[in-house]
Amino acid sequence: MKTYLPPKFIVERDPERCIQCQVCVDQCSFDTHYYDAEDDEVRSREGSCVGCHRCVLFCPTNALNVRGVPLDYRDNYNWRPEIIEDIVKQAETGGVLLTGMGNDKEYRVYWDHLVLNASQVTNPSIDPLREPMELTTYIGRKPDRVDIDPDSVSIKTELAPQVRIEVPVMFSAMSYGAVSLNVHESLARAATEAQTLWNTGEGGLHPKLYKYGANTIVQVASGRFGVHADYLDAARIVEIKIGQGAKPGIGGHLPGEKVSADVSWTRMIPQGTDALSPAPQHDIYSIEDLAQLVHALKEATNYTKPISVKIAAVHNSAAIASGMVRAGADMIVLDGLRGSTGAAPKIIRDNVGIPIEMALASVDTRLRQEGIRNQASVVIAGGIRNSGDVAKAIALGADAVYIGTAALVALGCCLCQQCHTGKCAWGICTTDLRLTKRINPDIGARRLANLLRGWNLELKEILGGMGVNALESLRGNRLHLRGVGLTDTELEILGVKMAGS
Amino acid sequence: MNDLNKINNPYSEGKVIDACSIFGMMDTAGNCFSGENVIKAIANMHFRGNGLGGGFAIYGLYPQYPAHYAFHVMYLSHEGKAEVESFLKQRFHIEAAEEVPTRATPAIMNPPLVWRYFLEVKHDKCDKNSEDNYVVDRVMEINTDIKDSFVFSSGKNMAVFKGVGYPEDIAEYFCLEQYKGYLWTAHGRFPTNSPGWWGGAHPFNILDWTVVHNGEISSYGINRRYLEGFGYHCTMQTDTEVVAYAIDLLIRRHDLPIEIVAKILAPPFWDDIERSPEREQKLFRTLRQVYGSLLLNGPFTVIIAHRGEMIGLTDRVRLRPLTVGTKGTTLYLSSEESAIRLVCPDLERAWIPVGGEPIVGSLERPLGAKELAVTGEIKPRVN
Repeated sequence: MKTYLPPKFIVERDPERCIQCQVCVDQCSFDTHYYDAEDDEVRSREGSCVGCHRCVLFCPTNALNVRGVPLDYRDNYNWRPEIIEDIVKQAETGGVLLTGMGNDKEYRVYWDHLVLNASQVTNPSIDPLREPMELTTYIGRKPDRVDIDPDSVSIKTELAPQVRIEVPVMFSAMSYGAVSLNVHESLARAATEAQTLWNTGEGGLHPKLYKYGANTIVQVASGRFGVHADYLDAARIVEIKIGQGAKPGIGGHLPGEKVSADVSWTRMIPQGTDALSPAPQHDIYSIEDLAQLVHALKEATNYTKPISVKIAAVHNSAAIASGMVRAGADMIVLDGLRGSTGAAPKIIRDNVGIPIEMALASVDTRLRQEGIRNQASVVIAGGIRNSGDVAKAIALGADAVYIGTAALVALGCCLCQQCHTGKCAWGICTTDLRLTKRINPDIGARRLANLLRGWNLELKEILGGMGVNALESLRGNRLHLRGVGLTDTELEILGVKMAGS
Repeated sequence: MNDLNKINNPYSEGKVIDACSIFGMMDTAGNCFSGENVIKAIANMHFRGNGLGGGFAIYGLYPQYPAHYAFHVMYLSHEGKAEVESFLKQRFHIEAAEEVPTRATPAIMNPPLVWRYFLEVKHDKCDKNSEDNYVVDRVMEINTDIKDSFVFSSGKNMAVFKGVGYPEDIAEYFCLEQYKGYLWTAHGRFPTNSPGWWGGAHPFNILDWTVVHNGEISSYGINRRYLEGFGYHCTMQTDTEVVAYAIDLLIRRHDLPIEIVAKILAPPFWDDIERSPEREQKLFRTLRQVYGSLLLNGPFTVIIAHRGEMIGLTDRVRLRPLTVGTKGTTLYLSSEESAIRLVCPDLERAWIPVGGEPIVGSLERPLGAKELAVTGEIKPRVN
């Protein structure tokens, strides 16, 4: 069938600079570039280009540029190009449209409407280069109070397991199979260096990475891939995955082509078979079922690890979160509207869920109203872009944040949203061995650790500017936030005052 | 904002930013003395205030009613007074009630009416254990629900006198020279964003706990939210109030010794905790893990007092001043050493404690008997 889809990008090749070296041909996993031996010339098929920038950045003579196709439709606010082209794609395929990464639509990014405070005159700002500045965070359930033995002045209260992280930023769940082993190794090593945690996602933990267990969160998801005793033992935290921000209510499907020998071994499924994660966990149809799984995992790990429960941020998040805490979760994770994925139905990614800022604010408020906020750490995910977002999330009430997309960008991702194709030219979201070797774990770990180090330093500057020297003094401290350009209702839900008030 | 609590304070919208003078004087042997020296000392730090707030807390001044809750209540209208009095009648046995004596003072303008009531909790209202809780709840009710009224203090055998003016003027207005107590704290205020409201002056009080405070608590937002979870409503919207409630929560309800409380409000750094001996490491780590939301961050010096005890504490990097002096059984705490030396030229010792180190004066451990009593070191108690 002749496609009615116009090309998205124009590849510009400067003939003066091109030396026909074919690096672009080699680098492009979408077959955009090809070598015409007859003419001794490298050419491009523009319809294939996804705008991933790989060829542009790797061309040794800077001969390439990629830009958007200027082809215009007649202006129409309702029938925008993306909407027209989605219809064209479905008319040509008859299927559910798949996509990768997070929601790219123009829902309000509340981080951009929140501003942070700083000290002036009446209290001194603190220079983190001169004074101690503490970001240390302990993840886990805290009691309402402590008991002291007055005779020996020692603590009588035994705390539930606590996990210490030195920067309140952790790497979000990305499964082996969705991303490559080299990506997992990069994340694991960076988390270890930065003294934080990374998350295996639902695809199990490759035996090669067990040595990073002290910095690893392992997931137990609806497919139960790779879950066994050693896997649970290796972890620092065990996370039950109920949902994901990019596709609330939707399961997962790793196509058989991606289930290589190593993936098959790690996931404990036959090679080449599709790995299907059911939409719900089939042993969790209600909150009491969740409580059973939480406690089963606590039993299985002998009460040595916090148990986390992750949900997608949806309309009733506050009530659900309360139930999760009461069901025994020591950490709850909210994954927002802009959370990413390796593959999701586009219609779900773009239309289901709520912005994480709202979910976080309402969950934190609700847990405090119920007097159970201390019983679980609250972690958020979905669209955290920089340390400013982190600081705002902490001020709204988060204990820590997960980053997924930002971590992948640190590894080279340019958000071309082709994760679901398995052809990632950057070697991130693929199990094609020719591509995965593009991520060198030595370099990948360095880039990720650098990112965390940069954010760590920036967070300290932000804290110092506010005149506080410990992160717990910002956590849930919404007086350090003000809203800009928000309605009264938005401000009320966020629990934040308008700038100037 | 809807989520902010109902407030009686018509002026203040956010936390009050202020800089101040503070002074505390205690005879750890329990002898009562007049306020003359305290007034002189706080007046010596006149320039640390701007006349928009001054106040005193006195302990041991109502020996005739040692077991009664002494409510000092401020009224902005007679309706408020009538309503509070009928409220109190229904909920307490009123042993005595009188207007707090005052004298006309040129510097004091538009003073509110201040009355004091000596109250007993009726036994059918609550069981013995929760008498204090009962009183706290009633104070919260008056402060949030009854218009034009505000409880200055609600402890036994103690009271708070405060208002808008320099502290020496407030002392004159309330005729403080005629009272005697074994422990006095005083405060001169320099608010930068408040027109001055009598209820907003220091000391702050709940039961017999008082706090005078110099500084700005930058962690106010979370301290307050945390305390709200335990039923404390910060009606005055000032950061000092959270100190009073935090102390009440930790000492009275969570039964923690003051030395431990100091390590919650001004905890050691994580690095220092990691370097401590194992017992302390576990103690301090657990305290920070559980009570991180009560860490008072930002510059502050506070003098906290309650029956028989006075505690001086600075933030953990000491961004506001505190000087300690001792002479005989008397302990002095002050923003400036000069104020102490003015009233006690022959001090035996004077020093500046390190940030976060509590200075504790206690009737149980009078000065002179055990020198160590004055530093808040955490040591197992030896019987």
